[in-house]
Amino acid sequence: MAQTRPRVSRLVDALPPSGIRRFFELVEKMPEAISLGIGEPDFVTPWRVREAGIYSLERGHTHYTPNRGIRPLLEELARYLERRFGVSYDPETELMITVGGSEAIDIALRAVLQPGDGVLIPQPCFVSYLPCAVLAGGHAIAVRTSVEHDFQVQVEDLAQACDESSRVLLISYPSNPTGATMPRGNMEALIRFAAERDLLLISDEVYAELTYDGAHVSAAAVPGGRERTVLVGGFSKAWAMTGWRLGFAAGPADIIEAMVKVHSYALMCSPTTAQEAAIEALRACDDDVAQMRREYNQRRRVIVSRLNAMGLTCFEPKGAFYAFPSIANTGFTSEEFAQRLLEEEKVAVVPGTAFGECGEGFVRCSYATSMALIEEAMARMASFVARVAG
Amino acid sequence: MDEILQLLSEDARLTCKQIAERIGRPEAEVQEIVAKLEKEKIIRRYKTVIDWERAGVEHVFGFIEVRCAPQRGVGFDAVAERIIEFPEVHSLYLMSGAYDFLVVVQGKTMREIAYFVAEKLAPLDHVVGTATHFVLRPYKVDGDIMVDRDEVKRLPVTP
Repeated sequence: MAQTRPRVSRLVDALPPSGIRRFFELVEKMPEAISLGIGEPDFVTPWRVREAGIYSLERGHTHYTPNRGIRPLLEELARYLERRFGVSYDPETELMITVGGSEAIDIALRAVLQPGDGVLIPQPCFVSYLPCAVLAGGHAIAVRTSVEHDFQVQVEDLAQACDESSRVLLISYPSNPTGATMPRGNMEALIRFAAERDLLLISDEVYAELTYDGAHVSAAAVPGGRERTVLVGGFSKAWAMTGWRLGFAAGPADIIEAMVKVHSYALMCSPTTAQEAAIEALRACDDDVAQMRREYNQRRRVIVSRLNAMGLTCFEPKGAFYAFPSIANTGFTSEEFAQRLLEEEKVAVVPGTAFGECGEGFVRCSYATSMALIEEAMARMASFVARVAG
Repeated sequence: MDEILQLLSEDARLTCKQIAERIGRPEAEVQEIVAKLEKEKIIRRYKTVIDWERAGVEHVFGFIEVRCAPQRGVGFDAVAERIIEFPEVHSLYLMSGAYDFLVVVQGKTMREIAYFVAEKLAPLDHVVGTATHFVLRPYKVDGDIMVDRDEVKRLPVTP
């Protein structure tokens, strides 16, 4: 008999399963639990956007679109990026529509990495950055961030981690899971560092619209940023469109062209219905977005004040919809804390370690859930903390 | 102030403490603002949205178009001031278009409303005509959807 060869790629086989996965299975068996573990809006897509999607289907627009995306959406996106973040892009050569921000991250890495190139990834971070870097043939270089610096990556730490192989710096502000944002001065320092080391930036700004304290600073909007940044965004968070799977990338024409090539082989194009609906999102939904932002902001204040009041020190998250409190004074690891809180109080939070080793000692609490449930979850969590820390 | 008003318009039972926590201001400051809003009658009163149908209480709403001849010097105000005094009148609007007033009338039965229109509203001085429309089913009232929707489900934990 012939020798059995492994059926699964060694690269894939070696990838650790997502830290969220295990926890998902626990929570799934407990439907009565209150989940603060959800990384998507609780709001439904604004009706005018859904209606535009329905209309698109009614007219029979059910075919492929150009690889890059439909022209009216690309044009609307260019206007939007200019209007909201002060960055201007040519819709014909410097923008593309992707299947969620996640695809944009994946194909940006695949489009630029040479085998063995290093990708600097500040942690804690979104779960797919490291696997995407590895699957694109690169290697991930994790860079710690800490609560002492409000989870903003420090140039000194980057300098220490950066080596000859390093080619890409993958950042995301506002951050999932910490809620950290990057003020202009620090972003400028980051861009200067990237220029010195000739690094390409991939800046995942999918939470840009959910910034609560001052305006969002895009990596592409600071001096020297635009020419070395692939700006990634999406419709999932601000327009509550997770299930539509629609995102975008903006960047230098040569890189976008390469990304479109990968995209055209892997996916052909992004969903047509979603693209047509997204035009309405960009054109007419500023008020809907503002209303959701206002509600998230109210919940943010409540959750942060309750966490601090129960003795879980929580730095002030200034963006996204996550609070990232320290659970160090309970004496538990993040995993133990999350598991016991779930078992004893039926409240689900995500262990900080799911987002990188330096997430140890923290848990992620999503406030993308109703105020009533947040208040109930906080009450249960407070009694848990009082019991275990007392 | 706008944010306080918006919060109270969505949930009149919110305490000043809850509002303070949500908008990130001291409780005393919120108390002061709310007291001022009440005093200035910007907040006129606190109400509850009730689904009377579900409560099993019979209610009929009539939308009545009223045409009338405005009076010299006082325009439509004199007629309006007489109409608003009737307890059956739920809302009253001066309108542009084919008629002058829209009177929303609440009654226990259609007959009660018909009686009100025939005996009270139509005979008023300067009222020259009425047309009565009855509500068959309310779907959305003052921004509140009155029909049940399926609960929207999300995965319990996502990255």
